[in-house]
Amino acid sequence: MNNYKKWFPIFVGPILLAFLMVVIIPMIVGIYFSFTDWNGITNTPNWVGIENYIKAFSDEKFGDAFKFTASFAVVSVFTINIIGFGLALLVTKKMKISNFLRSIFFMPNLIGGIILGFVWQFIFTKGFASLGSIFGWSFLEGWLSTTATGFWGLVILMSWQMSGYMMIIYIAAIQSIPDSLIEASQIDGANGLQKLRHIILPLVAPAFTVGIFLSLSNSFKLFDQNLALTGGGPYDSTQMLALNIYKTAFTMNKLGLAQAKAVVFLLAVAVITVTQLYYSKKREVEM
Amino acid sequence: MVEEKKKKIITPALGLTLAAIFILPLYIILTNSFKTQKGIFMNVMGLPFGEFFTLENYPEAFEQLDFIRSFFNSLFITVGSTLVIIIFASMAAWMLVRTKTKVSAFLFFLFAVAMLIPFQAVMLPLVNLMGRIGFLNPLGLIFMYLGLGSSLSIILYHGFIKNIPVELEEAAIIDGCNTFQIFWYIIFPLLKPITVTVSILNVMWIWNDFLLPQLVINRPEWQTIPLKMFYFFGQYSKKWHLALAGLVISMVPIVIFYIFAQKHIIKGITDGSIK
Repeated sequence: MNNYKKWFPIFVGPILLAFLMVVIIPMIVGIYFSFTDWNGITNTPNWVGIENYIKAFSDEKFGDAFKFTASFAVVSVFTINIIGFGLALLVTKKMKISNFLRSIFFMPNLIGGIILGFVWQFIFTKGFASLGSIFGWSFLEGWLSTTATGFWGLVILMSWQMSGYMMIIYIAAIQSIPDSLIEASQIDGANGLQKLRHIILPLVAPAFTVGIFLSLSNSFKLFDQNLALTGGGPYDSTQMLALNIYKTAFTMNKLGLAQAKAVVFLLAVAVITVTQLYYSKKREVEM
Repeated sequence: MVEEKKKKIITPALGLTLAAIFILPLYIILTNSFKTQKGIFMNVMGLPFGEFFTLENYPEAFEQLDFIRSFFNSLFITVGSTLVIIIFASMAAWMLVRTKTKVSAFLFFLFAVAMLIPFQAVMLPLVNLMGRIGFLNPLGLIFMYLGLGSSLSIILYHGFIKNIPVELEEAAIIDGCNTFQIFWYIIFPLLKPITVTVSILNVMWIWNDFLLPQLVINRPEWQTIPLKMFYFFGQYSKKWHLALAGLVISMVPIVIFYIFAQKHIIKGITDGSIK
């Protein structure tokens, strides 16, 4: 036992140093900076109290970004998990091509958000418009030029990208259901829907906790896709929180204000994810 | 019986239709990358043919992306970061499991809680601090990925190591191994399954990461693929023929990686999300 302790600094030290310098110290310094008029140039910013927080909360664009992010997160958590679960049900059926289908559905996940944002920018602005003129569907024209199409564009992009990831999680859960349970329900005469409702859904509930947790925190923190697909436009109306913080810091050069927004952002992310985990865990037990 | 047969056809047919819808966006990007500017303007949905077909988008996009260099920049940063994360996270996790002190419990708790911190909350002071100590370069970036990747990787290793019996190590101590040798010769080889998971998760994240390199890397010759693509797109957003060829080139390495490492990737995702 003593022997382990002697080596403790060598084994834990290097990564702890990186962790402290990259995460913990910046976090603490960041909270301090959020109470100052820090502009990134002078190293001795002045204490301004809660002024940045007052500015953050009275900043209309920040409020709009908050609402946009929250609605986006709610909608995309639904679409991502429903599509992901549906795909998982489909590819766990016995068929020769199920491995091939899994590979296809999962693939968008590997490609980076910036690249995917540009890919879908082309699809929405050029592809949709072209389909629209072929079939005479006017709702396919002018995508990404309005707030609503920007919103649904982001939802489509994220559902396309993330539902394959959720599928993988749900496949593992569905496959861990004992065959005997399914067979017993079939002998009892349960139809497909009853099997889904009374056997599969309750047993994959823990996987839903993971799936909702991952998609919620990913949607809330979304940055790359937002930047590459709409850039926040038109008129910052599709700007999400992470992009708003980024622009406050680097376009407006108000680093103190950006840092105050980042602290609010941190609290929001923490509250949402912890609450969601708490309620899902509770529900799992009840089911 | 008729019902059964119907199912045998309908399910795969539904699956293939959905797969086609999933692939469609990438298919459109690919076909249009072989069209001239006018070809894209005239018809997005059609195949490239005749006077609208061209191969010239690719050499130009390849050159503009400085692709060989940006590929190796991405590779160096991704592989370097993943290696240091594996080495130091596995060492630390093992020590944290084996020493049952208040300090190790607190440190593990700290690593776990930090998972909740979004990058935006630390990015401004981080870049400021790293700038002051001269870390705004590829090696500094690797150091930052070590810090940012530490939480998840330590949690995954910690969960795995808990199930390895300590008796193995006791036998090695009797044989005269020191702690360093015990870890590298006895424990680390046993960690292989979780090491694969940790590598996959870190590679996928670091390879595609955009914001941190954008803040840290200030020289064009150090830029990674996502970074180069972002600036390239900014210049050519009105010239879709070049932008699309650039997008296809940027996606090629990860797609090849996926084809070869698919099984590990899917297993890595499953293991990584359950814990």
